[in-house]
Amino acid sequence: MIELRNVDFSYEDKPVLHDASFRVDQSEAVVIMGPSGSGKSTILRLILGLEDPQQGQVIIDGQDISTLKEKTKRYMRKKIGMVFQDGALFDSLTVGENVGYYLFEHTKLSFEDISHRVYQMLGFVGLNADEIIDTLPEQLSGGMRRRVAIGRALLSTDPKIMLYDEPTTGLDPESAENVLNLIRKLHEHKPISTIVVTHQIADAIAAGDRFVVIVAGEVAFDGTLDDLRECTDSRVRAFLAPFRSSFAGVAKRRFVDEL
Amino acid sequence: MSILRAINNWLKHFAYELQQLFFFSLRMLAALFGRPFYVTETLEQMYLIGVGSLYLIVLTGIFAGQGFALALSVELSDFGARTYLGRIMAIAIIRELGPTLAGLMVAARVAAGITAEIGAMKSSNQLDALVAFGIDPIKKIAVPRLITLVIMVPVLTIICDAIAILGAYFVAIFVAHVTSTLYWANVRDRLIFGNIFIGLLKPFIFSFVIAFISCYKGFTSKGGTKGVGRATTDSVVITSISILIVNFFITKVVFSLIKGYL
Repeated sequence: MIELRNVDFSYEDKPVLHDASFRVDQSEAVVIMGPSGSGKSTILRLILGLEDPQQGQVIIDGQDISTLKEKTKRYMRKKIGMVFQDGALFDSLTVGENVGYYLFEHTKLSFEDISHRVYQMLGFVGLNADEIIDTLPEQLSGGMRRRVAIGRALLSTDPKIMLYDEPTTGLDPESAENVLNLIRKLHEHKPISTIVVTHQIADAIAAGDRFVVIVAGEVAFDGTLDDLRECTDSRVRAFLAPFRSSFAGVAKRRFVDEL
Repeated sequence: MSILRAINNWLKHFAYELQQLFFFSLRMLAALFGRPFYVTETLEQMYLIGVGSLYLIVLTGIFAGQGFALALSVELSDFGARTYLGRIMAIAIIRELGPTLAGLMVAARVAAGITAEIGAMKSSNQLDALVAFGIDPIKKIAVPRLITLVIMVPVLTIICDAIAILGAYFVAIFVAHVTSTLYWANVRDRLIFGNIFIGLLKPFIFSFVIAFISCYKGFTSKGGTKGVGRATTDSVVITSISILIVNFFITKVVFSLIKGYL
C-alpha cells in the first residue's frame, strides 16, 4: 500500500506539490494525470525515495520512506519497479545487459541462468530476444526501448509496486497501444500496485482503474471514471477540455466522447 | 549598488559551490571503503583513462622536454654552463614540468570525459535508474574513476618525466653538444629523494583534484545537453586552474618541509 499524506515539496524555491494526499491500495491501478509541470513525476520520485518531501509523509507498506536512511531505502526499493520517461536504459550496455542488470549486480546467478531469464523476460514483454539481445538501446525504436525498460524493472526486483512515468510519451499509436496492453497484462498477471503518470487521458483510461488529477501541485480529483465524468471542479474540467475535441470520434476512447 | 550585489551573489554562490564540492568529496572518500568493490569498472577505467591518455602524455613529454632544453641550452651557453643542462632538466621536469603538464593533459582529456559521461547519464535519468536498482551511483560511477586517477596520474607522470628527459637528451647531444655520459650523470645526480618525493606527491594530489571536480560537475549538471556542455567546460577550466594553484602551494609547503633532502 502506498499513501501520500499532506505532502509539500519544492525544488529549491520552486513549489511543486502542496498538501498532496492520496493512497493506492494493494493490486490497484491508479493513473496520475495532470498538465505538464504539475508535479506528477515528482510524486513517483517521492515514492521511490529519490526526493524527500519538505512536509508530510510518503508511506510504503506502513513505513515513511522519507525518514529512512539511504541503506534502508535501498532495501525498500527492491519492492518497487520504476519505468522512467524514455526508459532510462544504460546506453553503454546491450539490451541483454540492461534487462539482466540487477541480477548481474546483486545475485550470484550464473551467466547462463541470467541469460535464460533475460530471454524469458524479453519474450514476456513481446520482444524477439534473438534479434535484439545484443543490440544497444540507441538501435531500438521508442516503443521497444520502453518495453525493454519494463522488462528490466520486472526482472530487477520482482516488484510489489510498479511505477510508470509517461510510458507512452513520444510513441506512435501502435507502440503506445502495445505498451499500454503490456501494463494491463502485467497488472492482471501479478498482484501488484500500479501507478501510471500521464498527461494523455486516453492512455489513462486504458491503464487505470482509479484516477488522480494533479493541477498546479494540488490533488484536484481522486476517484473512479464515473466520478471523473461527474466532476465539477473547474480545474479538472479545464484540464480535460482539450481532450474532448482531439479525441472525439475515437470509439475506443468512449469516455472522452461522453465528457 | 547592482555591481556590489552581483559581487555579493557571486561570492555566496562560490562559497556554496565550494561547500557542496567539499561534502561531495567526503562522500566519494567514504564510498572508497566497504563493499561492493567494482573491480571490473575500475580496470576498464584504468584502460580508458591510463592507456587512452598515453599518446597524449608521450607527445607532451617529448616536445615539452625538447622545447625547454632548447631554450635553456642557448641561455646556458652564454654563461658557459651547458654541461649543467642535464641537472637543470632533471630538476625542472621531475619537480615541476612533468607533474604539471601530465596533470593538465589528464585534466583536459579525462575531466571533460568524466563530466560529460556522468552529466549525460544524469540528464537521461540513468543515475536515478541506478538508485532505483539499489546501487549507489557514487560508488559505482565515481569511485572507480577516483581509484583509477590515483593510480594512473602518478604512472603517467613518471612516463611523462622519462620521455621529457629523453627528449631533452637529444637536444643536449645534437644541439648543445653535451656528452651523453655527462648528461646522464647530471640527471642521475638530481634523482634524489626530495625531488622524486615532490614529483610523485604532486600527481597524487592532482588525481584527487581531477576526480573530485569532474565527478562533482557531472553529478550536479542540470539543464539538459546545454547544461552538460556547460558543466564539461567548467570542469576542465576549474580542474586546470586548481592544478596550477595546488601545484604552487605544494611546492611552497613541501619545499620548506623537506629542504634538507633537496
